[in-house]
Amino acid sequence: MKLIELLDVSKVYGRGGAETRALDGIDLAIDAGEFVAVMGTSGSGKSTCMNILGCLDKPTHGRYLFRGVDVSKLDRDERALLRRRHLGFIFQSFNLLARTSALENVELPLVYRGLRKAERRRLALAQLDAVGLSDRVHHTPAELSGGQQQRVAIARALVTSPSIIFADEPTGNLDSRNSQEILTLLSGLHRERGITIVMVTHEPELAALADRVVVFRDGRIVSESNEPEPSGGGGSSRSAGPSGESGQPGESGHSRLSGSWGPGSELRGGGAR
Amino acid sequence: MMAWIAMVIALKEIRRNKLRSFLTGLGIVIGVSAVIVMVHLGKGASRNVTEEIASLGKNLLILSPGTRRRGPGGTRSDARDFDDGDVSAVEREFEDVIMAPLVVRPVTAVYANANVSTTAIGTTSKYLDIRDWAVSRGRGFAAHEVAAGSRVCILGQTVVDELFQGEGLLDVSFRIDRLSCRVIGVLEAKGQSAMGSDQDDIILMPLRTMQRRLAGNTDVSQIMVSVSEERSLAAVSERLRALFRERRNIARGAADDFEVRDMKEIAAMVEKSTSTLTALLGAIAAVSMLVGGIGIMNIMLVAVTERTREIGIRLALGARGREVLLQFLIEAGVLSTLGGLVGVLLGVGGSLLLTMKMTLPFVFVPEIVAVSFLFSAVVGIVFGFLPARRASMLDPIEALRHE
Ligand SMILES: Nc1ncnc2c1ncn2[C@@H]1O[C@H](COP(=O)(O)OP(=O)(O)OP(=O)(O)O)[C@@H](O)[C@H]1O
Ligand SMILES: [Mg+2]
Repeated sequence: MKLIELLDVSKVYGRGGAETRALDGIDLAIDAGEFVAVMGTSGSGKSTCMNILGCLDKPTHGRYLFRGVDVSKLDRDERALLRRRHLGFIFQSFNLLARTSALENVELPLVYRGLRKAERRRLALAQLDAVGLSDRVHHTPAELSGGQQQRVAIARALVTSPSIIFADEPTGNLDSRNSQEILTLLSGLHRERGITIVMVTHEPELAALADRVVVFRDGRIVSESNEPEPSGGGGSSRSAGPSGESGQPGESGHSRLSGSWGPGSELRGGGAR
Repeated sequence: MMAWIAMVIALKEIRRNKLRSFLTGLGIVIGVSAVIVMVHLGKGASRNVTEEIASLGKNLLILSPGTRRRGPGGTRSDARDFDDGDVSAVEREFEDVIMAPLVVRPVTAVYANANVSTTAIGTTSKYLDIRDWAVSRGRGFAAHEVAAGSRVCILGQTVVDELFQGEGLLDVSFRIDRLSCRVIGVLEAKGQSAMGSDQDDIILMPLRTMQRRLAGNTDVSQIMVSVSEERSLAAVSERLRALFRERRNIARGAADDFEVRDMKEIAAMVEKSTSTLTALLGAIAAVSMLVGGIGIMNIMLVAVTERTREIGIRLALGARGREVLLQFLIEAGVLSTLGGLVGVLLGVGGSLLLTMKMTLPFVFVPEIVAVSFLFSAVVGIVFGFLPARRASMLDPIEALRHE
């Protein structure tokens, strides 16, 4: 089932002479349960595309179908509600509220969902536990390492059980060890819970963990492959998450990496510190 | 629901940044407490004045020659003084009033090495009744002393202090101008009058004594008439006027060359002018409240810039513009209301303390407390609106990118 579909989407910044065509007729479909990596040179339009997918911005032309519904014409508030109900974000710069505990940061999206305090607390603690931060719940971002902050951000993105998570260079501010840990966490969540993830990255070895890689250049998608690096033929089916949703056969939803991942305990292990 | 969410978030934000919250509310604290203190001081002063006017005597009419004129110069004194004939005429006309004729004269009192300038008043023993003034030591005038014009006098506390400096003084004789006079009593201290003069800087003597031995004539410079509670002051005043117009041969249509002052009227007048002053003080203080509001707006505007990233995060997580607006409005409203509350406490406390220090009566004015408190909440919301709107209109992408 197609969760997301971009149909001939363009984004033009500025007007007249100063016009920048950041996206130029993009077609992209993402299935529920997929883990898609987005790559491309700087300025190729990756973030622009993510902003549109994340309903933070509107396309200039084209249609954006979210679960078959055209959301490209939604107004500000409607997009906000869509984000609130269905989308999760992980940012390069973490974007946690300063001077606010990890717990409260994770609770924040639940506040906007109108959950009661006890329920918020329960869900937030469970998510913090899932990202291995149960011993850091009262720490503020300033008291956490970069990797830990990003794990708080992941917990915050997950806590509402969104349909999809958008991560624009989630490891861009982290060293390679922390990057690996975060990616291990994300792909583990993807595999175990069947969470749909779209992630922008510049690191081929991180993109390699995805089911599919989409490459941008000058506002266009120049390649879509399930093979970021040539490493043997396809055929093995991706292990779908508990939701059981899988990529449409023959299109792209394959990854031979999925099988190579360790048991679920690795998820915890990666988050222990 | 939305309001609840915004409320929860606003309260969290207020608690998270205590210094900013404190500074935001501070202007309102100062504004509200200033309004409350000003108004209470004004009211206290006004009450003080009216109480002192009342202490001159209730239902009192004062007849004096000349008329008050506006502007410099004050009382015109070229009009003829009253005399003993006028006094007896008043006595004849009204049987049921208490009246006292007065001769007021600046004098120099001398005792031993001390030498003081003061005011001597020649009057009858009724004067003390009318003014509700008691003798604290010694005694008042005896009837025969008044009738005979004996050389006896009663001293005000200030004269006692300056002339006798604590020495025993009853039955002691001292000199008033060229008159030697024996002290028979001391008046209870009254303090300052409503107009600021020292009421205790005074020497009383029998009218006759003053007329014969100091003034050398039978003029009377004032007549005080005290009317019993149940009689209309206005009616008595009107009759007095008619009587004196006749006695002084004032032609029909010509202006009076004397005056019948009604102390109640004066009290009302003074009260009016002090309440105008109170209103003025209150208005000045209200400006400080406005300044407090602008302070809120200032800090909130800075906060919105400073908190752009926070706002971006909230928007990305699905907050709608109106929820951000409401959050900031509630923050401003709560802070200014809290500021108002603290301002009320400080204001009332400060008023109590200051009125005590200034020995003014404390007159609690609940209206001004309520109004300034309500106003503080309104100020927060009104001045919080612009920053809140600015916050709610931020673009999430740009807000997130903000450093
Ligand atoms: N708000 C904007 N106004 C004008 N031009 C913009 C704006 N945002 C992006 N652009 C332009 O659109 C193009 C694509 O930008 P985008 O941020 O999507 O690139 P990117 O692929 O994310 O690059 P990077 O890898 O450096 O993050 C760039 O040429 C950029 O200058
Ligand atoms: Mg980018």
